[in-house]
Amino acid sequence: MLARAVTFALVGLEPRRVEVEAHLQGGTPSLTIVGLADRACQEARQRVRSGILSAELEFPGGHVTVNLAPAELKKEGSGFDLPIALALLAASHQLPRDRLAEHASCGELALDGRLRRVGGVLAVAEGARRAELERIICPYEACAEAALAGVEPIGMRHLADAVAYLRGELEPPEYVVGNGKPRRRPLDLADVRGQERGRRALELAAAGRHNLLLGGPPGTGKTMLARRLPGILPPLEEEQALEVTRIHSVAGLVDPDHPLIGYAPFRAPHHSASTAAIVGGGPRLRPGEASLAHRGVLLLDELAEFQRPALEALRQPLEDGELVVARAAGSVRFPARFQLVGTMNLCPCGARGDPGAQCSCSAQRLARYRDKLSRALLDRFDLVVTIPRARALELQGGPGERSDPVRSRVVAARLRLEETAPKRTSAADELLTRAVERLPLSGRGRAKVAGVSRTIAALAGSDAVLPEHVAEALAYRAPSELATP
Amino acid sequence: MRVLRRRELPPLLRAIHDPPARLYLRGNGDVTLLAEPAVAIVGARACSPYGAQVARMLGRELAGADVVVVSGLARGIDGEAHRGALETEGHTVAVLGCGIDRDYPAAHTMLARSIGERSLIVSEYEAGVEPAPWRFPARNRIIAGLCAVTVVVEARERSGALITADFALEEGREVFVVPGEITSTLSAGTNALLRLGATPLTAAADVLESFGIQSPPNRTVEGNPLLDLLPATADELVQKTGLGVGEVMAALAELDVAGLASEGDGIYRRLA
Repeated sequence: MLARAVTFALVGLEPRRVEVEAHLQGGTPSLTIVGLADRACQEARQRVRSGILSAELEFPGGHVTVNLAPAELKKEGSGFDLPIALALLAASHQLPRDRLAEHASCGELALDGRLRRVGGVLAVAEGARRAELERIICPYEACAEAALAGVEPIGMRHLADAVAYLRGELEPPEYVVGNGKPRRRPLDLADVRGQERGRRALELAAAGRHNLLLGGPPGTGKTMLARRLPGILPPLEEEQALEVTRIHSVAGLVDPDHPLIGYAPFRAPHHSASTAAIVGGGPRLRPGEASLAHRGVLLLDELAEFQRPALEALRQPLEDGELVVARAAGSVRFPARFQLVGTMNLCPCGARGDPGAQCSCSAQRLARYRDKLSRALLDRFDLVVTIPRARALELQGGPGERSDPVRSRVVAARLRLEETAPKRTSAADELLTRAVERLPLSGRGRAKVAGVSRTIAALAGSDAVLPEHVAEALAYRAPSELATP
Repeated sequence: MRVLRRRELPPLLRAIHDPPARLYLRGNGDVTLLAEPAVAIVGARACSPYGAQVARMLGRELAGADVVVVSGLARGIDGEAHRGALETEGHTVAVLGCGIDRDYPAAHTMLARSIGERSLIVSEYEAGVEPAPWRFPARNRIIAGLCAVTVVVEARERSGALITADFALEEGREVFVVPGEITSTLSAGTNALLRLGATPLTAAADVLESFGIQSPPNRTVEGNPLLDLLPATADELVQKTGLGVGEVMAALAELDVAGLASEGDGIYRRLA
């Protein structure tokens, strides 16, 4: 007796079609799963047995072989529980086989037969759509997520319901799709008092998608500013939102009620994070923080405290917008087009830049600290701003400008940059050339100044890049004390 | 690489009480460079942004007035003085505390190359000699010995720069000291020198005067009102002037390009 269910295994973010074949034979009752199933997947044996019995269905007697084909593809995780159970039940004539073949399915079984959510439902549903399967049987909580792929989700709470549906005895329940807005309001810029220069840099970073490095003594508001960047970024376009949601879904991070991530994501890994945690990988090839920040912001707070290999690994995605994690079995691509924001003290003791404190760092210690940032990584920051300690008079002022008007300006500037990028006037060109002669400015440094000056012009609503725009851009280049130890 | 024997040394260096037996030279500069009017600019390695800016400004203005700037290629004040001099057409000489073939510290390899392209790097040690703590005071006597004037920019209480100043005073050379904040340990050494009677340095012109050189007229500032408000952070300028932050940043960057102001740790300071 043979029956098949269809599901999809994930290779990185890519769904690959997997046929779950169940074959019943006579003999000693037993269940064998073959086809490169990992540990979680092997344990499906126990869950499937208990689930079927709890659903008051019959567990087939005799020897049962379950094959996950193609056999050379590694199957990971607990999402195969449901298709395995359904294939078994179809093979033992407890539900119609042809109807099962029209559905994709995925989900984990609880011992009492309930269906549990798993990560990556969106990618599986997309696989189903590509395989021209119109319906996917999934846990009820994953309905909204599966619906994003454009297939009809059959959301079920229990294995018994799924069987009843396939037998034609039950209609699938209704579900609600979220609106793609963040559940919590992002932090508002109005909380930041003073810090005009920092606010300006943040606005420029948002408008031009520039990477931003904030330096300064502790407690001056670097992190506070950085955390408010997502609030002034424009919402994502539909395709981008799907891309982001797919990544977060594989990592198991989507909100079941509002699966679509329609806003720029924000990730701030701790500085003890390993290279694999940041760029992705590990035995299960999960997306890392850099991919989770795709189309959004990756904040590296206390940049110089991160392990150097983790920082250097970011150079590839900063350049190409994607991460290629290579394994013996092949390589996996994770999109990672994020905006990098770093914060750091100016020296290990933190006193530099604070007029009220005395730096106690030796020259060697300072050099070692700054060496953490390779030239190559420092070069990726278009905007480098030192935030000195605010004096009392700045903090006395009222609340700063709210995020909403800033975001409107950012949106307008981005439109302008996309339509016709402003060009430098000859006077602006002349200033840039003079600056290259006069200041320690490399070729890459010149290109960065040119890029930032375009953003400044676009924010000012100007059709051309004027000398004052170039001049302001020059003020955000890496200071010489970071460039030369 | 060239070698000067004791009797070939420039007169000022030959005159000190224990001149080196040999002086090794490398770089494209002429040997006669060592006999020209020279000033030593020395100070702390872990200097403040203020010290770095002063050293750079002095290096630039003195080398620009055809005085050779001599220093020790170390991090901090030394390096900034060399860099300032390299920004002009003038000359700068680096005196090493290790073998003539080494660039120490390694971080200043590029700086050493720039100096060698135009001027000279000298050492009393032959190729292959390792840098060692006790060689640096000996190196300092050569720095002081080559120069009629020594300027100390920033020095802690037991700084190597003070050794240079002591050598200069013993040989009867002039010592200028840049005054610093009395609350800063980086000024403890320099302010102690001032208390002992060293001449305070208030502008590069003070040094030029002692060489009998007329200092070039001050560059006119094109009526930039921000310059009078320095030192200040960008945010303070925004508050004081009522200008937009973009305008203030643009004006500050223009001052920077013109060599009139520069930023260190978020604070803008005048350079002229």
